[in-house]
Amino acid sequence: MTVQSKHVRIKGIKDGLVFLLDDKCPFEDLLSELRYKLEHSHQNILTGPIVHVDIKLGSRSVSEEEKEAVLDILKSQGNLLIRSVEALEEPGDKDTDALFMVSGMIRSGQVLHHEGNLLFLGDVNPGGSITCTGDIYILGALRGMAHAGVGGNEESIIAASLLSPTQLRIADVISRPPDEWGTRESSMEFAYLSSGAMQIDKIHNIVKLRQGLNVFKGV
Amino acid sequence: MGEAIVVTSGKGGVGKTTTTANIGTALALQGKKVCLVDTDIGLRNLDVVMGLENRIIYDLVDVAEGRCRLNQALVKDKRFDELYMLPAAQTKDKTSVTPEQVKDIILELKKEYEYILIDCPAGIEHGFRNAIAGADKAIVVTTPEHAAVRDADRIIGLLEQSHVESPKLVVNRIRPGLIKTGDMLDIEDILQVLNIDLIGIVPDDELVIKAANSGEPTVMNPDSAAAIAYRNIARRILGDAVPLMQLDKKPGAFKKLKKFFGMG
Repeated sequence: MTVQSKHVRIKGIKDGLVFLLDDKCPFEDLLSELRYKLEHSHQNILTGPIVHVDIKLGSRSVSEEEKEAVLDILKSQGNLLIRSVEALEEPGDKDTDALFMVSGMIRSGQVLHHEGNLLFLGDVNPGGSITCTGDIYILGALRGMAHAGVGGNEESIIAASLLSPTQLRIADVISRPPDEWGTRESSMEFAYLSSGAMQIDKIHNIVKLRQGLNVFKGV
Repeated sequence: MGEAIVVTSGKGGVGKTTTTANIGTALALQGKKVCLVDTDIGLRNLDVVMGLENRIIYDLVDVAEGRCRLNQALVKDKRFDELYMLPAAQTKDKTSVTPEQVKDIILELKKEYEYILIDCPAGIEHGFRNAIAGADKAIVVTTPEHAAVRDADRIIGLLEQSHVESPKLVVNRIRPGLIKTGDMLDIEDILQVLNIDLIGIVPDDELVIKAANSGEPTVMNPDSAAAIAYRNIARRILGDAVPLMQLDKKPGAFKKLKKFFGMG
């Protein structure tokens, strides 16, 4: 039996071996090739003194079980001592700048919560709420309650195509229309905190607040 | 196999029972075999509106608990041979039946009847879950008031999470005069918030109150504007494309006149 030896590469380094496991192929193929190499084609490295082994899984994101499966195959060979396993960590919340997109309709009594920044396509009706640890952008009408910066981020903003909420909250600041804002012509607006007070502005003025944004300046 | 439609609203007093009675009667008027089911256990009203209170022998709870057969509990209408009603119990409460029991009863009725209209109690608790358990479709009744629209929105949210197909809206007790002066919610405004299909608008009509008190559904009275509205809803349920009622009759006629003279 011959196996295309593409997925598993074994390299010798000064004080042991490095197993470079391909991160594109199906995980099952990886396992079977690893098994084949250890049991058949590379028998020679398995006889002899104890060897330190580093495993590199590339940019593949693996679960604990999958990691265990790889280790089990290597452990079945007596003289391989696993020193380290390197793999991409579980996709975590590191990427907090990313926008998470949800669409639908938040009706009275319903709550949508998200950790991070949220782009919501749809309406938030009176009695419904949308809460978020970061910014909230609503492509639709905000008629219910929106709370951005849950947990205390005062930099957060709330933007909506139609900003006519029952209440707005950013971090710990609570505000309600209309006595504090007056009536405005309808266009996409956003709410932000300016020295602790809720302010409303047109969406194109967001650049003044967020210096870091990619700004389109025309071509 | 018939179709089970639950009539619900969340808020009380918007006209669920009146709507159930009238749409049901209107469907019977069109020659359909119809059964009305009252799931408002403990606060039954449908029998009173239909004028059938004194004919009740057994009720929904009796059927659920096996004290009688389903057919024994059904009350035949006094006007139509093909219209029946399954009354709710008045002496028990909502928890005396389970959604599964109601579902079984509705399933049984669907074999026999073309349309089953389920009158739902107000609220979103056990009674609501009982009422929607066997339903295929839903009609949400609201009135042009913020509170009623808010509750309708809540109910639509709950219906969307359930097995019930896309709910249809009835806006009840409309007073065109008040809408015109801006003192009542516009139908457009309601639709914008609720975002579901409209199946009918019913004008506020004193004859409805009169009819309910005499146990004779309004729909029987062709002089009543609400009766026409309910008949239209029934026809839409049957699949006819009936245009929405022109509520503001006088200005409408005037406009036509203006148009005729090239002024509009």
